Amino acid sequence: MAYTEEFRAQAREIMERYPEGKQRSALLPMLHLVQSQDGYITQDGIAFCAEMIGITKAQVAAVSTFYTMYKREPTGDYLVSVCTNTLCDVMGGQKVFDALREYLGVDHDETTGDGKITLEHAECLAACDYAPVMTVNYEFFDKTNPDEAVQLAK
Amino acid sequence: MSGPSQEVLAKLTPVLTKRWLTPDAWKLDVYERLDGYAALRKAFKYTPDDLIAFMKESGHRGRGGAGFPVGMKWAFIPQNDGKPHYLVVNADEGEPGTCKDLPLMMNDPHSLIEGIIIACYAVRASRAFIYIRGEAVHAARRLRHAVEEAKAAGYLGDNILDSGLDLEIVVHSGAGAYICGEETALLDSLEGFRGQPRLRPPFPATHGLYASPTVINNVGSIASVPHIVLGGAEWWKSLGSENAAGTMIYSLSGRVANPGQYECRLGTTLDELLELAGGMAKGHNLKFWTPGGSSTPMLAAKHSDVPLDFDNIAKAGSILGTTAMMIYSDADCPVYCTYRWLQFYAHESCGKCTPCREGNYWMTRIYRRILSGNGTHEDLDTLLDACDNLLGRSFCGLGDGATSPVTSSLKHFKQDYIDYIEGHRRPLLDASDLVGAH
Ligand SMILES: NC(=O)C1=CN([C@@H]2O[C@H](COP(=O)(O)OP(=O)(O)OC[C@H]3O[C@@H](n4cnc5c(N)ncnc54)[C@H](O)[C@@H]3O)[C@@H](O)[C@H]2O)C=CC1
Ligand SMILES: Cc1cc2nc3c(=O)[nH]c(=O)nc-3n(C[C@H](O)[C@H](O)[C@H](O)COP(=O)(O)O)c2cc1C
Ligand code: SF4
Ligand code: FES
Repeated sequence: MAYTEEFRAQAREIMERYPEGKQRSALLPMLHLVQSQDGYITQDGIAFCAEMIGITKAQVAAVSTFYTMYKREPTGDYLVSVCTNTLCDVMGGQKVFDALREYLGVDHDETTGDGKITLEHAECLAACDYAPVMTVNYEFFDKTNPDEAVQLAK
Repeated sequence: MSGPSQEVLAKLTPVLTKRWLTPDAWKLDVYERLDGYAALRKAFKYTPDDLIAFMKESGHRGRGGAGFPVGMKWAFIPQNDGKPHYLVVNADEGEPGTCKDLPLMMNDPHSLIEGIIIACYAVRASRAFIYIRGEAVHAARRLRHAVEEAKAAGYLGDNILDSGLDLEIVVHSGAGAYICGEETALLDSLEGFRGQPRLRPPFPATHGLYASPTVINNVGSIASVPHIVLGGAEWWKSLGSENAAGTMIYSLSGRVANPGQYECRLGTTLDELLELAGGMAKGHNLKFWTPGGSSTPMLAAKHSDVPLDFDNIAKAGSILGTTAMMIYSDADCPVYCTYRWLQFYAHESCGKCTPCREGNYWMTRIYRRILSGNGTHEDLDTLLDACDNLLGRSFCGLGDGATSPVTSSLKHFKQDYIDYIEGHRRPLLDASDLVGAH
């Protein structure tokens, strides 16, 4: 994957937010940046972050694999995350997840054959007063239910 | 159903939430019309040391769960040490049930920014970071917008309002890891590493971000500061109960008629909060609840009249935590809920220490066995034994917190466990793979 000069400028802008000599702090935001372009954390993305910040690729990979938001494989156009933590679960979140799993024919962390939708269950999304909670590309849908979720997926 | 009585309605005490219903309060001009940045001008008339003394005087305690006195934490920052100082706002909000910081940042982001500026003036920091959980893209966007507005208006940058303070705020998004809410894991994450806790002491106050003195406070702790500066220490103290100054946003979720954020004086009871929230959801009777998220021991219906402040909740055998009140009814099973929480802790364990990494894994398996009707009475002892090996022996609070639902549900609802074990209750799970794995 080629990274344009404009993209590099964005990466440099991120690095400048942090104190002199502490550019490694830019790693998480920079991983978000490469993922927003590439769809997931690619080998090229890892190499890019390593080169910009001046650390090894192994160091970058060790960090990116720690955090659930960094994906190791291509995700669909829509990432559907259903909170199935305890409170959302008892309020119907697990039913929403099951309905989506049934309808889409994919399980947690899997993508539909057409590459459109990736389904995942999420931990508490800090919106429990709107349980059960679902997000699509991190946009929140409150008080959802199985029918509504499947409608949305369609 | 009749609405809450006047007496109970009067218990709502909007301070942090007072602007939430005003349209566009997140915009600078609206915020300024509603007292915004008045506290900052007042604070700059104090010396930094006097401001710290004032915060101590106010009795304000941290809103991130542990309730550590805010003024005392600020006073730990060594002065004239030649090192840069930092303020880090903990906006990782990941404790199951907790949902007060994100709405605050959405509805009133400038109150957080104003609080940050005052705090940085007091502890002589010229750079602040807001570490916000990665999934909260909407709130991060709103914060960045507010930071830009504040900068354009001269509230951030060099020599703010001629106070001599230079300050920049960086909004930094995490990437989905509950453990990064633990303050030292947060620091590692902010430095660009895997988020794993550091040994304390030394505390961040002396060895924090980039090994420099660092104040880490929760969003609510800092957003309260402008209100306290404007209202005065005596006023803040008068709002709460003994050893618990001020108001608190109580988050009600689950089996209640109107879930949501209810800001009241510290020391309000669940009974009063339930009345504010229109009572339990139709057809549901209160069975168990958490006073402050899943890491705080659950309480039973009989505890609904306990004043919700630090000391009284401790006397009742739990922790005030984040005042995330998850309300469960007789339709919900405390054994199953505990199992789900343990799955969460097992998933979020950073793996650094053995008691937490192994303990949560094995306890989860024991719960599956019990919930599938294959448990034994000894399993209950094994669970308590495992908790013994976790509590106080884990490297950080995640491992401690994981024992809370286990020990508290066994304390209040042992019969529910026994019902599964003795076959009085239909198994909830199919875990035939675990039969005989005693
Ligand atoms: N808001 C949320 O989403 C979550 C909150 N929590 C809460 O977190 C709490 C545990 O957090 P911890 O940070 O482990 O609590 P802690 O009690 O160890 O520390 C509280 C604060 O006081 C400071 N402190 C304590 N002793 C100090 C000393 N001698 N010198 C300088 N500073 C000192 C610490 O640095 C920290 O900032 C739990 O009670 C839980 O309720 C847990 C999970 C998530
Ligand atoms: C596992 C774990 C997760 C935590 N998550 C958060 C969090 O999301 N937000 C928060 O403010 N504090 C969290 N804390 C508490 C912090 O370590 C720290 O005590 C707090 O940010 C201090 O702020 P305060 O004194 O203003 O409350 C967590 C603690 C533990 C052990
Ligand atoms: S208690 Fe758990 S989360 Fe904390 S350091 Fe140990 S393994 Fe990591
Ligand atoms: S439990 Fe689902 S958002 Fe909190």
